[in-house]
Amino acid sequence: MSTEVLTAPTDERVFHLEQEPEHPEGTSTALGFWIYLMSDCLIFATLFATFAVLGGNYAGGPTPKEIFELPLVAVNTAMLLLSSITYGFAMLSMQDKDLSGVIRWLLITACFGAAFLCIELYEFYHLIHEGAGPQRSAFLSSFFALVGTHGLHVTFGLIWLFTLVVQLRKHGLSPANERRVECLSMFWHFLDVIWIGVFTFVYLFGMI
Amino acid sequence: MAAGSGEIETTFLLGRLNWDAIPQEPIVWGTFVGVVIIGVCAMAAITYFRLWGTLWHDWFTSVDHKKIGIMYMILGLIMFLRGFADAIMMRAQQAMAFDGNEGYLNAHHYDQIFTAHGTIMIFFAAMPFVTGFMNYVVPLQIGARDVSFPFLNNFSFWMTVGGAVMMMVSLFIGEFGQTGWLAFPPLSGSEAQPYVGVDYWIWGLQVAGVGTTLSGINLLVTILKMRAPGMTLMRMPIFTWTALCTNILIVATFPVLTATITLLALDRYLGMNFFTNDLGGNPMLYVNLIWIWGHPEVYILILPIFGIFSEVAATFSGKRLFGYNSMVYATVCITILSYLVWLHHFFTMGSGATVNSFFGIATMIISIPTGAKVFNWLFTMYKGRVRFELPMMWTIAFLLTFTIGGMTGVMLAVPPADFVLHNSLFLIAHFHNVIIGGVVFGVFAGINYWWPKAFGYRMNQFWGHVSFWCWVGGFWVAFTPLYVMGLMGVTRRMRVFEDPTLQPFFIVAAIGAVLILAGIGALALQVFFSILQRKNNRVYSNDPWQDGRTLEWATTCPPPHYNFARTPVVYDLDAWHDMKEHGYVPPREGFEPIHMPKNSGAGVIIAGISTVLAFALVWHIWWLALVTFVGMIAAAIHHTFNYDRSYNIPASEVRETEHAVDHATTEAV
Amino acid sequence: MSASDLSHDHGHELGAQMPHGSKKSYVTGFVLSVILTVIPFGVVMAGGFASAQMTGILVLACAVVQMVVHIIYFLHMSPKAQQGWVLSAMAFTIIVLVIAVVGTIWVMLNMDSYMMPGMDGGRLSDG
Repeated sequence: MSTEVLTAPTDERVFHLEQEPEHPEGTSTALGFWIYLMSDCLIFATLFATFAVLGGNYAGGPTPKEIFELPLVAVNTAMLLLSSITYGFAMLSMQDKDLSGVIRWLLITACFGAAFLCIELYEFYHLIHEGAGPQRSAFLSSFFALVGTHGLHVTFGLIWLFTLVVQLRKHGLSPANERRVECLSMFWHFLDVIWIGVFTFVYLFGMI
Repeated sequence: MAAGSGEIETTFLLGRLNWDAIPQEPIVWGTFVGVVIIGVCAMAAITYFRLWGTLWHDWFTSVDHKKIGIMYMILGLIMFLRGFADAIMMRAQQAMAFDGNEGYLNAHHYDQIFTAHGTIMIFFAAMPFVTGFMNYVVPLQIGARDVSFPFLNNFSFWMTVGGAVMMMVSLFIGEFGQTGWLAFPPLSGSEAQPYVGVDYWIWGLQVAGVGTTLSGINLLVTILKMRAPGMTLMRMPIFTWTALCTNILIVATFPVLTATITLLALDRYLGMNFFTNDLGGNPMLYVNLIWIWGHPEVYILILPIFGIFSEVAATFSGKRLFGYNSMVYATVCITILSYLVWLHHFFTMGSGATVNSFFGIATMIISIPTGAKVFNWLFTMYKGRVRFELPMMWTIAFLLTFTIGGMTGVMLAVPPADFVLHNSLFLIAHFHNVIIGGVVFGVFAGINYWWPKAFGYRMNQFWGHVSFWCWVGGFWVAFTPLYVMGLMGVTRRMRVFEDPTLQPFFIVAAIGAVLILAGIGALALQVFFSILQRKNNRVYSNDPWQDGRTLEWATTCPPPHYNFARTPVVYDLDAWHDMKEHGYVPPREGFEPIHMPKNSGAGVIIAGISTVLAFALVWHIWWLALVTFVGMIAAAIHHTFNYDRSYNIPASEVRETEHAVDHATTEAV
Repeated sequence: MSASDLSHDHGHELGAQMPHGSKKSYVTGFVLSVILTVIPFGVVMAGGFASAQMTGILVLACAVVQMVVHIIYFLHMSPKAQQGWVLSAMAFTIIVLVIAVVGTIWVMLNMDSYMMPGMDGGRLSDG
C-alpha cells in the first residue's frame, strides 16, 4: 500500500440515483433472440461447410443435374419470399395496433410457409422414391441434412406462429406479445436469408 | 460383454433394453451398490429433516442466479469425483499391467473409462465450474439484480444436469463409448460400435449442449444490457470481461459441436454417409469440424479462470490490477485467435506444409497475449503487499504450473515436433498441465475467494492448506513421468505395456494420483469443517478480504436475493474500491419496491422430459421417444402461456432485510 | 450520462425494440428480392452463359446482394439498433462463419490433394 497515497478524494460522488434505474421487463429480449439467431447461423455454417466438402462425392449415385428440378425450387422460393412480405405486413399492422390485421397476415404467412413445406416434402418423397435417399451417397446425405434442417426450422416457425396466434387472441397486443411477434419476425426473415444460401449453393450451383 | 457383439435383439416396448444391458462387472456392481446406499441415505435424510419442500421451492425451481451458480458448482464437484475415480483407476491399471500382467481392467472396461474420464471432466466438471462462477459472480460484479433471462438460466442448468445424468446412467445400464472423448469416426460409427456407448455420448452431450448454448446467450446479453449505470465496457471488472469473451465463444462454437454430433447421429441412426468409409463419406471431416469447436472450448474454460486469478491477484496484492487495458485486449485477442488454430490438433492427419505452418504459427501467436497476461499478474504482485491467503497461494501455484504447461504447448505447436509427440503421453501431460494447473487451481482459488461472499463465513484454513500442498505436489509427481515417457514415445490410451523399464514411471505417476486423491479428500474435509465451524468463521463485513475492489463486495455476505437494495452507480474501474475511497455509506432508508422474477418448475420438467427422450433414443425405444418429444414441445408451449413471471418485493420487506443484517453485525461486535 | 435518462420506464414492460420498417421499405425489399431471385434462376434455367465460371459469379453476386437486401429491408439492420450490438454480433458471426467454412474447405481440399491425388474426379484443382 506504500505506493498508493491515500488521500480522500475531494469530488462528491453520488452512488445511488434518486430513482432506481430499473431495467424494464423484456429489455434484453430482442438482442438475446438476435444472438440466438447468430448461433443458429453457425449450425447452418457447419452444414454448408459439410455440403461444400462432401457435395461432390456422388459415389456413383445420382448427380444434382439428374435429380434437381429447378422449376419446383423456383416455386418454393416464391412461396418463402411471399411469406416474407406478408409477415412484413403483419409487422406493419402491429405498428398500427391493428390486432385483427396482425392475425390475418400471420395466418396468410402460415399458408405460404405450409405450402413451402409441402413442396419440400414432395421433393424429398420423390427423391427417396427414385432411390436418391439420404443413404445413397455423401452428397445426398449432406443435401438432406442441410435442406432438411432448414425445413425443420420452418416447421418450428409454423408451430410457433400458431401458438402466437392463440396468444394474440387471448392477450391482444400486449408488450410481451409484441416482443414475440417481433422475435418470430426475425426468425422468419432469418430463415429466408438461409434459404438464399440454400438455393444458390445447393440448387443453382449444382445445375451450373 | 455379450451385448457388445452380434445382433442385438430389440422389442417394441423396450427397444434394445433388456437384462443383458446390466454390466456383469464386480467393480460396476460395487459402485452401483455404493451409489444406491448413498442415494437412499441422502433421500432418507432429506425426508427426515423435511427438506423436500425447501429443495424444490428454494433451489430446484429457483431463478436466482446465485442459487443456480451454487448448484452448478455442486454438480461440477460431484462429476469431478466421478471423473477422478476414472483417472485413478487408469493410473492403477497402467502401474500394474506389465510383464504379461493384464491388470484388473479388461479392454472393454478400460476403453470406456478413458472415454468417460475425458468427457466428464471437460463437459460435466470444468464447464459447470466455469458456468457456476460466471452465474454467481457476473450479475453481482455488474450491479444487476439477476441475469437477463432468469427462467432460461434455470432451464439451462437442468439441461446440463440431464446430460450428466445420461453419463451416470451409462455406467449402470448398458455401456459408455470406447472411442476417446471426442468419438472420432469411423471408430464411433455404427459398424465399429453398434451398441449404445456412443449413443450415450451423443445424446448426453446434445442435451447438455442445449443448456450450455442457452446459458451462453443469457450471460452474454446480461453483460451487454444489464450493467449498472456508469459501468462502461472499460470499467467492467476483469472477470466480467473474461466472462463476456467466454460467452461469445460459447455462442459461436457450441452450435458447431451440436451440428457435428447431429451428423454423427444421422450416420448411426439413419445410415447416412457423412463420416463413414463408404459412399463418399469422409471421417476426416468430422475431425476437422469437431476441433473447430474443440479448440475454442479450451479458451472457454481458461478465460474466466484468468479472470479469477486477475481478481485474486489484485485483491491480495492490495493494488489495482496491473495493465487492465492490456489484459482486456489480450483477452479479446485470444478470443479471436482461438478460431484460427483448430488444425493443430491434427497436424498429422495429412495436410500439406502450407496448411500446417499457417496453423502452427497462429498457435504460437496465441502465446503472446497469454504471456502478456502472466507478466500482468507478476507486475500486479510487484511492490504489492502480497497476503498469502489460500486464493493467492493457488494463484502463485497456477503461475508456476501453467507457464510450464504453456511452454510445452508451444513445443506441440511446432508441426515437426508434433509429428513426434502427437498421441503420446507428452500430450496428455501437456493438457493436464494447463487444465489442472489452470482451470482446476483457478476453481479452487475462486471457491476460497468467493466462499465468504456466498455463505457469510470463511473456509477452514488448515485443510485448505493440506489440500493445496497435496494437489500441487501430487500434480507434479503424477505428470512429470508422463512428460518423460511421452518424449520416449509411449502412446496414450494403452492398457498393457510390454517394456518393463517403463513400470517405475507409471508407479510414480500412480503415487502422484494418490497424492491428488489426498488433496481431494482434504478439500472434502475443508468443506465439511468450514460448514461445521461456520459460527466461528462468520464474517461481519461486506468485504471480508478488506481489499475487495469490485461490486460484489459492496453487498452483504451472503447477498440478499435482490443483490443490491439500491443499484450502485459506477464512476471508475474497481467500483467498490472507489466507493470505499469516497467514504460510501450503504443506504439505510428510502427503499423502493424491487421487481424480481418468479420461480418456475417448468425448467426442471422440460429438462427432465428431454433426458427421458435422450434415454429413449439411446435404447431405440421409439414410442417413448415420440411421446417425450411431443411432450417436451407441449411443455415448452405450455410454459409460454405463463405471462405472470414476476413480482414486486415491497419496500418494507427490503428495509427489513437490510436492517436485519445491521442487527446481526452490531450484536456480534 | 445523466440520471434522468436511466430512470424512466420504472416497472414497465418494453414491447418491440428493433427498428421498424415502413410499407415502402417492405415493398422495395420485396421487389428487389424478386428481381434478384429471377435473374439467377432465369440464367441457370436458360442454360447459363458459355463460361460456367461467369454463371457462377453472377449467381453468387445475386445471392450476396439479395442477402444484404433481406438484412436491410426485412431484418431492418441498422448500426444504431441496440447500441450497435446487433450489427457487431452479426459482423462477428460472419467472421467466424467465413473462418469455419473457408477454413474447412481449405483444410479438406488440401488433405484430399495430398492424400488422394487423382481421386477427386477432377473436381479439385491444387491445394
